[in-house]
Amino acid sequence: MNHDSYDDNYIRGILNGVKSIAMVGASPVNVRPSYFAFKYLAQRGYDMIPVNPGHVGKSLLGKPFVASLSDIGRPVDMIDIFRNSSHIMPVVDEALTLSPLPKVIWMQLGARDDAAAERAEAAGLKVVMNRCPKIEYGRLSSEISWMGVNSRTLSSKRAPIPTQGMRLSLNRTSVGGGATTASDRAAKNRSEPT
Amino acid sequence: MTDRLPGFSTLAVHAGAQPDPTTGARVTPIYQTTSFVFNDADHAASLFGLQAFGNIYTRIGNPTTAVLEERVAALEGGTAALAVASGHAAQVVVLQQLLMPGDEFIAARKLYGGSINQFTHAFKSFGWNVAWADPDDIGSFERAVTPRTKAIFIESIANPAGSITDIEAIAEVARNAGVPLIVDNTLATPYLIRPIDHGADIVVHSLTKFLGGHGNSLGGIIVDGGTFDWSKGNKYPMLNEPRPEYHGIRIQETFGNFAFAIACRVLGLRDLGPAISPFNAFMILTGIETLPLRMQKHCENAKAVAEFLAGHSAVASVNYAGLASDRYNKLARKYAPKGAGAVFTFSLRGGYDAGVNLVSNLKLFSHLANVGDTRSLVIHPASTTHSQLDDAAKVKSGAAPDVVRLSIGIEDKEDLIADLEQALTA
Repeated sequence: MNHDSYDDNYIRGILNGVKSIAMVGASPVNVRPSYFAFKYLAQRGYDMIPVNPGHVGKSLLGKPFVASLSDIGRPVDMIDIFRNSSHIMPVVDEALTLSPLPKVIWMQLGARDDAAAERAEAAGLKVVMNRCPKIEYGRLSSEISWMGVNSRTLSSKRAPIPTQGMRLSLNRTSVGGGATTASDRAAKNRSEPT
Repeated sequence: MTDRLPGFSTLAVHAGAQPDPTTGARVTPIYQTTSFVFNDADHAASLFGLQAFGNIYTRIGNPTTAVLEERVAALEGGTAALAVASGHAAQVVVLQQLLMPGDEFIAARKLYGGSINQFTHAFKSFGWNVAWADPDDIGSFERAVTPRTKAIFIESIANPAGSITDIEAIAEVARNAGVPLIVDNTLATPYLIRPIDHGADIVVHSLTKFLGGHGNSLGGIIVDGGTFDWSKGNKYPMLNEPRPEYHGIRIQETFGNFAFAIACRVLGLRDLGPAISPFNAFMILTGIETLPLRMQKHCENAKAVAEFLAGHSAVASVNYAGLASDRYNKLARKYAPKGAGAVFTFSLRGGYDAGVNLVSNLKLFSHLANVGDTRSLVIHPASTTHSQLDDAAKVKSGAAPDVVRLSIGIEDKEDLIADLEQALTA
């Protein structure tokens, strides 16, 4: 599995397939990226579960925080990890003790742990690193185009007007079937030691 | 299954646009409105807090303009774009994200005269200091780097003489200095040169020129290559520090590889205000649909006119990188194999007076201060676009007193040559 660039169909398959997402490191502070992503994914119809031991007893947009993955108490399709690269491995190890196993481990923008990815993949899970599911969902649905962002997709079909809780079609034609040359270069630059 | 990669002409017609969700209109509608209603208070707060994708107010974003932005981002191979009122506005907004008062940027000496003025005078009053370098001497860029250097700025095909810049060599200087390379790609357009593929981090355009292409609408655009890591070294507080304008958001960590375009929109355009009109965005979008066809014709005509002038007894010299004898021909073949553009200069044996006579004798060429129109244009830079420079600076920037600049249109080349022939012998 090449984790420097992902084919759009790989990301599309994951976002179309999963229904529940546990977000490890979800923050109730409304200027943190995790809050942005949590809120957006909830609005797009995902069953969101905030995981953060520092906020147990509180809730995020009506969803009660749990302390750890094992406290969720029901099957979850995807673990979205909002932690630095150095804190990824213990979360993946805990995820691999769940029964049934989750289907996807997703590490946020800026987070990457190849050893943890290898361990999850060996257990049959799909892994995405250094990406944001909000950005990828917005891109593949072209909703992100409102911000002048290159969705790298095309469509001649009329799209529905999005409403609260509505899942959008992610099945537009991809331009290049994945990352652009430029974003490949950015990923490469970032992975070089500094 | 991997999707097919659409070609440049397909992107020029389709990227960013889709049938209007409400009406089914196939052509992108002109959303001529200042403001957009919110669904409810939470939606409004989410939009203002940058948590949701959507429209608030046309100074910050507009659905017609957004199609233009995605279209140009796709053509340039960037991650995102921001359209503004003019090419000059694009330059202000870009540098405002990168420089604090007292900082410096390095700019190629061969630039549009208006940019030279903007950098020398207007930006000086903001405390942004320009250091000039010679695009024909890469070492001059290296020598200009100081600890306060925050960016390097060049034109891909440089105004007025149509010289070709060695983008990759200067990108290497920028990389070693840890600063982004900004390329003004106005005269090339992404059809001829895609600077991000050659190492540029940010591309700016005057959309007014070949992209719009019809001389009817002003606009500018900033394309984020997604290639620069803003988190390194704390040099760029607009991107990497908590922004008080947005309750402490860090733009770089929130928006990843299109953070620069977002910073330009929510810190630059929002607060400085040079928004493009949705009507202009629509006109430019329509122009871009035929960009590949027009650029082919512009380049074919320019080469024919340059060859004619090079063989004319009244002409002392022609600067067109598409001519095999030109000093920039090797760079043109590397960077712009489809054509060396359609803006170039030549000088007359009769000097300044012959130049003035030529301009007044032409009947088809229009004497005006623009380039990249369907119509062929002529100007005498020394007395117009570059008139604020002193004589030495005029020569250095390629606008010596005997030089005439042409922007070749898409008319029949035989008619353009006939007009020049009669004007040269009149």
